[in-house]
Amino acid sequence: MIAEAGLAALWLAAALSLLQLFFGATALRPGGEALLRAVRPAAMAQGLLAALSFLLLIQLFLRTDLSVKLVAANSHSLKPWLYKFAGAWGNHEGSMLLWVTILAVAGGAVALLERRLNERTLIATLAAQAAIGLGFYAFLLFASNPFERLNPAPAQGQGLNPLLQDPGLAFHPPTLYLGYVGISVAFSFAVGALVTRDVGPVFARAMRPWVLGAWIFLTLGITAGSYWAYYELGWGGWWFWDPVENASLMPWLAATALLHSVTVLATRDSLRAWTVMLAVVAFSMSMVGTFLVRSGILTSVHAFAVDPQRGAFILVLLGLYIGGALTLFGLRVHTVKEGATFEPVSREGALVANNLLLSAILGIVLVGTLYPLGVEAVTGEKLSVGPPYFNTAAGPIALVLVAVMAAGPLIRWRRDKVGELLGRIALPILIAAAGLFAAVLLAPGVRILPLLGLVLAAGTAAASVAPLWKRNLRRTPLFTWGMVVAHLGIAVSLAGMASESAFTREKLVAARIGDVVEVGPYTIRFDALEPVAGPNWTAIEAKLSARKGDGEPFTLNPQARMFSSPPTETSEAAIVTRWNGQLYTVLGKGDGQGRWQLRLWWKPAVTLIWFGGILIALGGLLAIIGRVRRERRGAPLQEAYA
Amino acid sequence: MKRLILWAPLVVFVVFVATVAIGLYAPADRKITSKLIGKPVPEFTLGPAVPSHPPLSSDMLKRGEPRLVNVFASWCLPCIAEAPQLMALKQRGIPIDAIAIRDRPADVATFLAKWGDPYERIASDPQTQVQIALGSSGVPETFIVDGRGIIRHQHIGDIRPEHIPDIIRAYEAAK
Repeated sequence: MIAEAGLAALWLAAALSLLQLFFGATALRPGGEALLRAVRPAAMAQGLLAALSFLLLIQLFLRTDLSVKLVAANSHSLKPWLYKFAGAWGNHEGSMLLWVTILAVAGGAVALLERRLNERTLIATLAAQAAIGLGFYAFLLFASNPFERLNPAPAQGQGLNPLLQDPGLAFHPPTLYLGYVGISVAFSFAVGALVTRDVGPVFARAMRPWVLGAWIFLTLGITAGSYWAYYELGWGGWWFWDPVENASLMPWLAATALLHSVTVLATRDSLRAWTVMLAVVAFSMSMVGTFLVRSGILTSVHAFAVDPQRGAFILVLLGLYIGGALTLFGLRVHTVKEGATFEPVSREGALVANNLLLSAILGIVLVGTLYPLGVEAVTGEKLSVGPPYFNTAAGPIALVLVAVMAAGPLIRWRRDKVGELLGRIALPILIAAAGLFAAVLLAPGVRILPLLGLVLAAGTAAASVAPLWKRNLRRTPLFTWGMVVAHLGIAVSLAGMASESAFTREKLVAARIGDVVEVGPYTIRFDALEPVAGPNWTAIEAKLSARKGDGEPFTLNPQARMFSSPPTETSEAAIVTRWNGQLYTVLGKGDGQGRWQLRLWWKPAVTLIWFGGILIALGGLLAIIGRVRRERRGAPLQEAYA
Repeated sequence: MKRLILWAPLVVFVVFVATVAIGLYAPADRKITSKLIGKPVPEFTLGPAVPSHPPLSSDMLKRGEPRLVNVFASWCLPCIAEAPQLMALKQRGIPIDAIAIRDRPADVATFLAKWGDPYERIASDPQTQVQIALGSSGVPETFIVDGRGIIRHQHIGDIRPEHIPDIIRAYEAAK
């Protein structure tokens, strides 16, 4: 019954999205005003029904109802409950249902909470959100039904991909999706504003908290995904430029640019067309990402069920939505008057530079991700573009971007004097110079990109807290704190990335029991090898004891695991975190003559990468709270940014 | 002019859709006959990619027995996917050499340790000069060179399990 109820809720939600689109479109025509009031309730009800449908799917997984095809194919009654729960979205159909649910709930939330926007623009926004939802409901109901029954029901399920049997699965996909799909609200806002030709500061202020909210989740989701890949894949890397990683990075880059341009629009009424364009691009990148991942058109470490027919379905949706929005943009945006102008040396100027640099990186990532596809379409060759391209092309631009970010908040709005600006950024530049001197003196031979990264991180950390200088900290607005914390997070993360790539020590050995290996400041002894068993796996576990100098020894137990259903081998890294870095150990294969492959890394300051990511998200949270609080108190006409 | 720029995003998007539509509907593995098939291997001498293996030069491909030359890189994901197939070919007694593209010794060593080492010689091609001379534009690609140094077969993309019979047939034909 649960499956049927879930399917019914999904159909009802789809029907409501059709109604919502119809009401919205009719209400905007002359004489249709009577329907205006029907749109908000339809959006809220649709959100509730989609959420109900998703909760029922989770219920089916928790009960391991094997008469449902999706559960039988992806779950197993012996699995720990957390993975039964998270298994609901650890597959194609379930994750698409999560996708649609977030889309509908975001639309419902806009209907419930948004009071600032012009009513007609809001109705157009909700109609656009419904139009997106409709296509994805059709995709679920006709091509990826998660509630399909299986008759007869099998005695046991096939189990979940062991790489996914990790607490990361409970956290990473939902947060990433909240950001990924939440940014659809910005897309709908842009479409709504183009329909009613209503692009201005009010529109920007209304859109900003939604963009911020989605961006926070996107940041957290990427950070969590990076850490998960780092410890689960056992490759010791935190970013692989894999197409799926790029698919999440591209909306983040666009959303970050949008976040800054929307502030210029809200504060100074500039960058109107550009902001609308970015709002369209951000969610378009989410949809392109979903398409690339689900159609199986690119080779990736993320193995989703691949089906060209589904790919074609998503491609048609993509064509309709993105093509439609861009056509509307082409037709309408010239009627949007360009707002206020500004001098090149000004806060606006710095934010424009930020936007252009972010867009350049976005372009590089997009081209690199799609290049293999383009080559294959033209010549039929298959190839892979890897880190040599991305790091070389995007790395230097990213460093310039960080430098602009460091200076930006110290520049005045409208117009600033270069001489005065130099005075304000003198101290951060001195700190960066001292950092360069220290790095060259203490650690010679560091490659140029990591070296610049370290130096820039030091200068940026100083510059990012500079806006608080000589201010009454208790009266500083919360959103200024948000900016400071987020920018500091970038510096912290950059320091971690640069340190990881400059100072990592790696050892790859074939060791016998009793052997001693040194890596970085640690001495590691291979003590023993033991079999161990878990609820649905068996493993060989190495007992390693590590010590630094004469310090207290501690143990690490990396495992080579064998899962029974489905039969798969994975390696579980053992990681020990110290204040100044991580010791990362992996047990590989035996050679049959008593020697075992061990891979050992000492990664100084690597944890800063993810700590920085959390700081960035925290900054976003402070900004959103600060903005909403100020709006509640009655927003002043000319608002301050920092 | 300014009005035209507003349509640029749509044009870019249409190109994207056309490209991926071709990718979706084109038959999965079209045979491409390389222009270099039947021609001698271009002259090259490269340094070693990793200390554990000797380097490769074109002279070493003219010593009477046919060999496979696998163009790969440690940073390439499809190369990981094809590693088991290369191991299977090696176990059938087929000698395999490699050219590592834009790679670093430590990364190559890690790759071999993790994904298997089917190679006798591995050359390093940091600037992709030899790769371009071979008419290969990406990784992975695999060439079959006969005992006189003539290229007999080119496999573009990763070798999947279903390709192994083709490779073996081409190898036997090159003898």
